[in-house]
Amino acid sequence: MLHGLILAGEAAKAPEKIGDPILNMTIFGLFVAVTMFVVIRASRNNKSAADYYAAGRSFTGGQNGMAIAGDYLSAASFLGITGAIALSGYDGFLYSIGFLVAWLVALLLVAELLRNTGKFTMGDVLAFRLKQRPVRIAAATTTLVVSFFYLLAQMAGAGGLVSLLLGLSERTAQSVVIAIVGGLMILYVLIGGMKGTTWVQIIKAGLLIGGAAVMTVWVLALNGFNFSHLLDAAVQTAGNPAVLEPGLKYGKSDLTKLDFVSLGLALVLGTAALPHVLMRFYTVPTAKEARKSVVWSIWLIGAFYVFTLVLGYGAMALIGADAIKAAPGKANAAAPLLAYHLGGSVLLGIISAVAFATILAVVAGLTITAAASFSHDIWASVVRKGNPKPGEEVRVARITVVAIGVLAILGGIYANGQNIAFLVALAFAVAASANLPTIIYSLFWKGFTTRGALWSMYGGLATAIVLIWFSPVVSGKPDSMFPTAEGEVGGWAVFPLSNPGLISIPLAFLLGWLGSVIGKNTEDPKKQSEMEVRSLTGLGAEKAVNH
Amino acid sequence: MGNDATSTTGVDVSNADFGAIQESGTFQELRRKQRGFVFPVLIVCMVWYFGYVLLAAYAKDFMGTPLIGSFNVGLLLGLLQVVTTFAVTMWYVSFANRELDPIAAEIRDSIEAGKEVK
Repeated sequence: MLHGLILAGEAAKAPEKIGDPILNMTIFGLFVAVTMFVVIRASRNNKSAADYYAAGRSFTGGQNGMAIAGDYLSAASFLGITGAIALSGYDGFLYSIGFLVAWLVALLLVAELLRNTGKFTMGDVLAFRLKQRPVRIAAATTTLVVSFFYLLAQMAGAGGLVSLLLGLSERTAQSVVIAIVGGLMILYVLIGGMKGTTWVQIIKAGLLIGGAAVMTVWVLALNGFNFSHLLDAAVQTAGNPAVLEPGLKYGKSDLTKLDFVSLGLALVLGTAALPHVLMRFYTVPTAKEARKSVVWSIWLIGAFYVFTLVLGYGAMALIGADAIKAAPGKANAAAPLLAYHLGGSVLLGIISAVAFATILAVVAGLTITAAASFSHDIWASVVRKGNPKPGEEVRVARITVVAIGVLAILGGIYANGQNIAFLVALAFAVAASANLPTIIYSLFWKGFTTRGALWSMYGGLATAIVLIWFSPVVSGKPDSMFPTAEGEVGGWAVFPLSNPGLISIPLAFLLGWLGSVIGKNTEDPKKQSEMEVRSLTGLGAEKAVNH
Repeated sequence: MGNDATSTTGVDVSNADFGAIQESGTFQELRRKQRGFVFPVLIVCMVWYFGYVLLAAYAKDFMGTPLIGSFNVGLLLGLLQVVTTFAVTMWYVSFANRELDPIAAEIRDSIEAGKEVK
């Protein structure tokens, strides 16, 4: 809160107006109108739970790949990484590499097997051969926590963006806009379900990647299509040749270097455990299409991250770190400022509408995942013991959407001004600690038990959260959530790393193993056989729902 | 509830003897091929990725060595990570299409037809 207020205060001090707020609003309004039309058209067949959560498994691999890219390339990727490169040089690029290589874990270990084993949620897979009740409750808990962290990051990004684009530097006005964005998101998900949400993701991914490509070519053209020339220009503006090598941000001490390794671990292992990414694999009819969608998304995401390298150094060269830091939204303003520098108000309007759309679409994807997890894993499977009344599951999901939407709006207003790339990295660390060990053990290890799953999920989740709470991210430094003034000693940051992954991920793997080998294995071996046969052959999960 | 996935098709396979299928030679071959590919390939990819992360953290000067103009070793290694990610993806897809899918389809068809998997 304090941190946010300080930022908002700074924003108020910088009244320089960039672009044309009315033009920005018009372009954004156009995007909302078009996507809403698509969502309403797409949702006419939404009847069953399979329609609502998994879009009737009717999407092709290519479409789903676009949607995965849409889900994955959040505001943290576009605004966060561009800004990180513009300010910290090479160290920002390392985010891109981690986010991309992570997809190999998803492709090789998880995507197809998961597609073959589950129905709607991560809980379906984790509870397949273990005891339903406790495992589903644990899976839903970790899903809700991870989604909430991720939601906070997106909503916080929305707040910062608003101040820059609409010329709203007042905190109240920004809060109103966050509420409007949140309200729109609830509407999309309520009307469209997974099908509508997927179409929003597809449109948004096309706009985002297209927009980034145009800006990339533009920046390169200004430098005679000579990348080295662009790097030289960046060095010249920054006045520091170290921007081209790693270490500007993370190379200060042995501790920050270790922190960097921890971040690298969380990034590469987090993707395959993000519930909203996993859920996307259920929207395709077959494992082969799931494979195809990952391939599509890897190409799109990889291309996009190469663009961010050019955009980041472009912003460093053309705008300069000082001007970016002075702008409302700080690092997150680098991409919009670059757009304004290149194409004036019109390009700024388009790029900012794309950035808004990005936030809107990712929030919608997260919300439907969290809602599905609650209504499918908790309500239908635990409360109703697998026999929900007809239509009840979808109704509960819709109510959950509204509840989560309201929570996200409140959280977003509170988190307005926080660093979004960092919040997303925390969501990755929590996901990798709480979910990944259990996903991998239950797919590949016969001896895994319910006790192991619960120890790993709750242990990983709790360790990650507790370490974050005691880290410098939360307290003790000038840029913490609860800041301590420069040079003073304060706060409760007894854990020195800002990313907990290095400790919490191995610990969660250890706990899963320990919990399984201690005590008697009372699991049904037939279930393990069935899960393995299904996961590798796709038996019983290979045909689309026909309407 | 464990049989959730069954509800997506009309074929009832709940009576299949999954233990016997799991022990069958065809299934063991599928399992061996899948694991024989993904485990080693992923381990190599992770070693390459963490090697890169460790170089970035602890070998700053090496990463800053200029190659062509201002383009340096660090940027080259970063872009090579992108290239290897693309390459491994294409490699896996062609392997899975060629080696895994036919066996998986054979097993699936046998079970759905109520035949024994050999």
